[in-house]
Amino acid sequence: MEIVNHILFYASWALLAAGGLLCVIGAFGLVRFPETYTRMHAAGVIDTGGALLILAGLMLQSGLTLETVKLALIMFFLLFTSPTAGYALARGTWSAGHRPITHTRSDARTDGHSDSAGMTDDG
Amino acid sequence: MFWAAMIGILVALALALVRAIAGPTVYDRILAVNSFGTLTVLALSVIGFLMGRPDFLDIALVYALINFIGTIAVLKFLRYGDFARATQADDNDLV
Amino acid sequence: MLRSFSMFMFLLAVWLLLSGHYDMLIVGFGLLSCLGVVLIARRMDIVDREGHPIHLTWRAPLYWLWLGWEIAKSNWAVIKVILGPRNRLQPQVIRATASQETDVGLVTFANSITLTPGTVSVLVNRDWIDVHALTQETADGLMIGDMNQRVCQMEGTGAKRKGD
Repeated sequence: MEIVNHILFYASWALLAAGGLLCVIGAFGLVRFPETYTRMHAAGVIDTGGALLILAGLMLQSGLTLETVKLALIMFFLLFTSPTAGYALARGTWSAGHRPITHTRSDARTDGHSDSAGMTDDG
Repeated sequence: MFWAAMIGILVALALALVRAIAGPTVYDRILAVNSFGTLTVLALSVIGFLMGRPDFLDIALVYALINFIGTIAVLKFLRYGDFARATQADDNDLV
Repeated sequence: MLRSFSMFMFLLAVWLLLSGHYDMLIVGFGLLSCLGVVLIARRMDIVDREGHPIHLTWRAPLYWLWLGWEIAKSNWAVIKVILGPRNRLQPQVIRATASQETDVGLVTFANSITLTPGTVSVLVNRDWIDVHALTQETADGLMIGDMNQRVCQMEGTGAKRKGD
């Protein structure tokens, strides 16, 4: 039992530290990346990686109690709401006429997204 | 040990604030504020453990929901200039 | 009716887990408010396959496990880009095929795309989703269509079959 407690302690410590680090990295990307669309990916690191690791670390801390259930609910809500808000934001950015800068070498269909822009307007 | 996570979150909050102030478009600011909200939820959860008061988790739970609704409300207001307007016409084939 | 009952039990479970007080008065309030919510939801006509998808109870967690692993992988990919040199950035817009039959399936697919960092769904349509990808690597991962297939399996319509 002693050993298990030790392992849980260090595991939760590692999860919390890694989560904090991921939050910093995500926020750094938020500052560093060039435009809204790319910054959204950096925010995604905070919303998924950072949040999941920190909440998992806290869950290991609290063990089988009601706190763990609340943490699980927070995790559940974050995982459902953050992509929805992200989609609303991406859609809003697109509708406002901002188009993402695209990498020149890519095989992305440049005509394809001017097409879909048209569909937004007349659809 | 909770301090490790707490410091990470605080630094991330400062960086998100930098993006919220720097902009340049309003959507960048909304994105930064949304991330700020997520980080606040995490910070509230960690504070609950830091101070040994699990009641903070309830606040974090409510904040997670308010943050989402706030972001959607601001985006809707930006797009339609009105909170009450139903989304119809241009959304009939786009989900 | 079964769906309303299941919704009531679900709401009650959430109430009991969140409250932590188990005396008669508080639990009574919980029963009353859960009943109220179910009645309002019935009146709003949202207690259906879409509003309360109990048929996904067993398949969804399996999908979430797989999604968790995908999230971990793509997090790592995006972290490398954030900390790496600037020319690592290869932003592009790709069109992913969405073969889901139900709205729940389509929303799950679009949300899963956004949830894995490195890909963000920008425009969602019945048959396709325009996705903004951060690098060639994350774009390629999506274009294989593995996630599309798995969401179809989860919603239970199969890849090409017509659903209900």
